[in-house]
Amino acid sequence: MYLDKLHIVLAEDDQDDRLLFNNVFNHVKINHTLKMCEDGIELMDYLRNSEDVPDIIFLDLAMPGKSGIECLTEIKKDERLRDITIAIYSTTSVKATIEQAFILGANVFLKKPNEYDELKKILTEVIYINWQYITEGFNKENFMISY
Amino acid sequence: MNLHLRYNLDKICRAVLKEQLDKFGFRYSLSDSACVYFHDQIPDDKYIRLYETLQKYGIEILDNKKAVMVQRVKGIISNMLDNCDVPLMKISAHLSNELGENYRTIAQIFSETCHMTIENYIIMCKIERAKQLLLNEALSLTEISYKLNYSSVAHLSNQFKKITGLTPSSFQRIAVSRRHFKTTMLN
Repeated sequence: MYLDKLHIVLAEDDQDDRLLFNNVFNHVKINHTLKMCEDGIELMDYLRNSEDVPDIIFLDLAMPGKSGIECLTEIKKDERLRDITIAIYSTTSVKATIEQAFILGANVFLKKPNEYDELKKILTEVIYINWQYITEGFNKENFMISY
Repeated sequence: MNLHLRYNLDKICRAVLKEQLDKFGFRYSLSDSACVYFHDQIPDDKYIRLYETLQKYGIEILDNKKAVMVQRVKGIISNMLDNCDVPLMKISAHLSNELGENYRTIAQIFSETCHMTIENYIIMCKIERAKQLLLNEALSLTEISYKLNYSSVAHLSNQFKKITGLTPSSFQRIAVSRRHFKTTMLN
């Protein structure tokens, strides 16, 4: 499959973090577009009303209004959206939360590192690995990575 | 007797291109700058056939020479993994032989195009296969490590953890719950 452009969506309520992620994505060498949503409610609104379906969503676990887990559950229930790769990130990593996210259908769970370079390394890797899943047709059911 | 000719190379190229593109039945438009605009998506197999056909006339598809090589590399790797008796140590030599290029060039083009080194790509393919085998064939980790040509179960186990962040047994347990959840809750 020839992938034209990778469509990335980020849902994050913290403005500084949005800037940080944006900065990282600017270094990704794959041709892509980035849409940023300020919380889970805006994300679900966007997904339901936008014509093109993103390739990957980065979801903050703790957001006011609608949490990352709630968004994940809604996305997986929606036939049009359920194949989107979901990368959930959080400042903590509780084993039970990670497992719950995977069981609900998340593909990546990452504990946000404090170091910018480490975050950059992980996000870039996630984008590239997701790209392999899309272009290689690997089974996304088995796509689970915990950082 | 000598017949002296003068060619218009641009015209010749365009005529050849048109003739060949029409044979494929593509909908396209030709621009002045040696660029063909296709109105529809082209399936991969047609792409490769077009590439080969045009090559006979000395016309090279610039963007996809690399893509075609990468496709061949992936095909060779996939074959090697299918015939699990091939030692993976020899992959670089094998690729180089098959493609008639030196390995450094192949590796560089592969990384540029796939955003991943050949070595990491092979590891990823092997771990994907290990996941499939764990879940679908109900093979033990020992059997899987043998099938995928790992030197030991520990080696497979470590690599699995390194790539996925999960141990094979955690992965298996979570994946089973995940499938169960998907079938019962979503349908």
